[in-house]
Amino acid sequence: MNSQWLLVAFFFIVGLIIPVGAIVAAAILGPKKPNPIKQTTYECGIETVGDSWVQFKVQYYIFALVFLVFDVETVFLFPWAVKLGQLGLFAVMEGIVFISILVVGLVYTWRKGMLEWA
Amino acid sequence: MTVAQIIFLVVALVTLVSALMVVTTQNLIHAALWLVVTLFAVAILYALLNASFLAVVQVVVYIGAIAILFIFAVMLTRKEMRDQGPQLNASWGLSALLAVLTFGGLFALLQGWDGMSKTVAALPSGFDAMNELGTALTSPNAFVLPFEVASVLLLAALVGAVYLAFNRK
Amino acid sequence: MNFWTDPLKLAADWLIGLLTGWGMPAGVALGLTAFLGVLLLITVLMVIDIFLVWLERKVVARFQDRIGPNRLGPFGLIQPFADIIKLLIKEDTTPANADKVVYNLAPMLSMMSVLILWAIVPLAPRILGVDLNVGALYIVAAGAIGTLSIIMAGWSSNNKFALIGAFRQVAVLVSFEIPMVAALLIPTILAGSMGMNAIIQAQNVWYVWLSPLGALIFLVAAIAELGRSPFDMGEAESELVAGYNIEYSGMKFGMFYAGELLHALTFGGFWGILFFGGYRFFGLEQVSPFLAIPILLTKAVIGYWIIMWVKYTMMRIRIDHMLAFNWKFLTPLAFVLLMVTALANVLLRGASAWIYIPGMFLSNVILGWIVVEFMRRYSRAEREKAEGAAKARTVLEIAHP
Repeated sequence: MNSQWLLVAFFFIVGLIIPVGAIVAAAILGPKKPNPIKQTTYECGIETVGDSWVQFKVQYYIFALVFLVFDVETVFLFPWAVKLGQLGLFAVMEGIVFISILVVGLVYTWRKGMLEWA
Repeated sequence: MTVAQIIFLVVALVTLVSALMVVTTQNLIHAALWLVVTLFAVAILYALLNASFLAVVQVVVYIGAIAILFIFAVMLTRKEMRDQGPQLNASWGLSALLAVLTFGGLFALLQGWDGMSKTVAALPSGFDAMNELGTALTSPNAFVLPFEVASVLLLAALVGAVYLAFNRK
Repeated sequence: MNFWTDPLKLAADWLIGLLTGWGMPAGVALGLTAFLGVLLLITVLMVIDIFLVWLERKVVARFQDRIGPNRLGPFGLIQPFADIIKLLIKEDTTPANADKVVYNLAPMLSMMSVLILWAIVPLAPRILGVDLNVGALYIVAAGAIGTLSIIMAGWSSNNKFALIGAFRQVAVLVSFEIPMVAALLIPTILAGSMGMNAIIQAQNVWYVWLSPLGALIFLVAAIAELGRSPFDMGEAESELVAGYNIEYSGMKFGMFYAGELLHALTFGGFWGILFFGGYRFFGLEQVSPFLAIPILLTKAVIGYWIIMWVKYTMMRIRIDHMLAFNWKFLTPLAFVLLMVTALANVLLRGASAWIYIPGMFLSNVILGWIVVEFMRRYSRAEREKAEGAAKARTVLEIAHP
């Protein structure tokens, strides 16, 4: 079991070496002529207006929150799904109860207007 | 010192250092990113303990959802990303003393514990963690009721979040 | 164990024998051989990635009724190498006030999140990186790292457009993860395991016949997860220039771009593994891994073709429509499908194959038909409401010119 994760670690390491190597190769091979105009922030060719910080809508946060709850729910469902092939109707009904409680939550969120972007 | 012990020490060191960086760094987004490093190191610790499911769940839920939620929250609320105040406040001496005393107390307590030199018991052969988890969560003698209660808990969290966000709107 | 049936084990054993003959301890030799194997796989993937650039450009050209690159080499095959040379010799600029560490780390993490996915892809019955028994969630975990790299890229560029593009893209990515995980649960239920190899071995009949709606939901959610049109909020070219990619040029942009193409091929592969039997094709894979690998790659390329087809045919969807589509249609549909599949599976599982397969298929079809009926009625009601409002307005205008 441990050797499995060691191999995964190898994949992480090699997966990191390849882009690092490519980017370092590009940094070595490319010309180096930094120039303040080249390094200004891009705003469709005009000078930037204001800070590069924007007031964000609270909708992003709400979507992330709803996502979090459903993510945890689906993670709980994985052990249930794995065992389902060998269990009977009781386990299926139990899972259906679990999912429907959270579908009720989704409908509640929907009706409260939390899922609008506007 | 077996290889496993060395790897564990390195990962534990990474966890501690990145946790320290979370609370001391001045830029908030950097703090969130150091938190991601800490959570990832904890996932590696789970993998070292053969808890593959927990390791993957740690990455999916903590890094994929909670760390992103932190970053969104930081972006939403602060205009100034850098913490302008001083790093230490007036009573840092007392808190340092308390921290050292707590650490010393824990150290003294754990001296008498013989778990440090034991190796982890090997799991019975053919042990499939996912199967065992699945049985535990669905059999009436085990954890069926907490499983359902967990969904109610999630529903409560969702309703609470909706209520909070609704008021703010 | 001859060459045709088990080439990888033969090569690994030969190398380990060579290394221990030189005096290396057995554990280190094993580790080194594994490392070299991983290096080989990832190098081959990068070479395939280069040709994916060519494939993409040729295909988009044909969809747009033109020829595509045809100057460099036969059929323009040398074109991607020219692209790479160009990307390599471009200057490595960093915008002023950008956060240097995070800015440089983002493209590396983005590419890494794609390469680590190939650890669990089974290329042949005995050739796969790691047979993790939590393969399905590993896919989602790699996606989480990719999502993080997008936020890092957008934030560290110190550019309003990059930030907005990154946040929108992450909102979409994060939302579409739910139907994708729900669709991943369906092969898990049908196969009784989360490991990729186990799912393939359990597919005596392809899961697309048992759950066509699940395959469709996975495809749609995967296209959204890839950040490709019609869900490409992150690089909405006409809206945000290049979204989170704005301040990246040269090889760093190349990493993002090539990573996205390889990601698309990988998800084409996963669609094939989860729903179309992976490397299995009527028993051909038992003959030799040299047959199994092309079978899997063919299915991956067919999946990639379908993803490209969708990209070059449909327009980008507006973000509020995209999120409404996910939370109000796809997520409830995915959960209801999950419940129906679990129920149908447990009720029909004991019966013979002649009842099981059509039963599962029909349950999906009935669910799809009910959903389409709902949508039809809903859109008819919406249209009448809109027409009623328009008519009322016209009447008012006639009355009060």
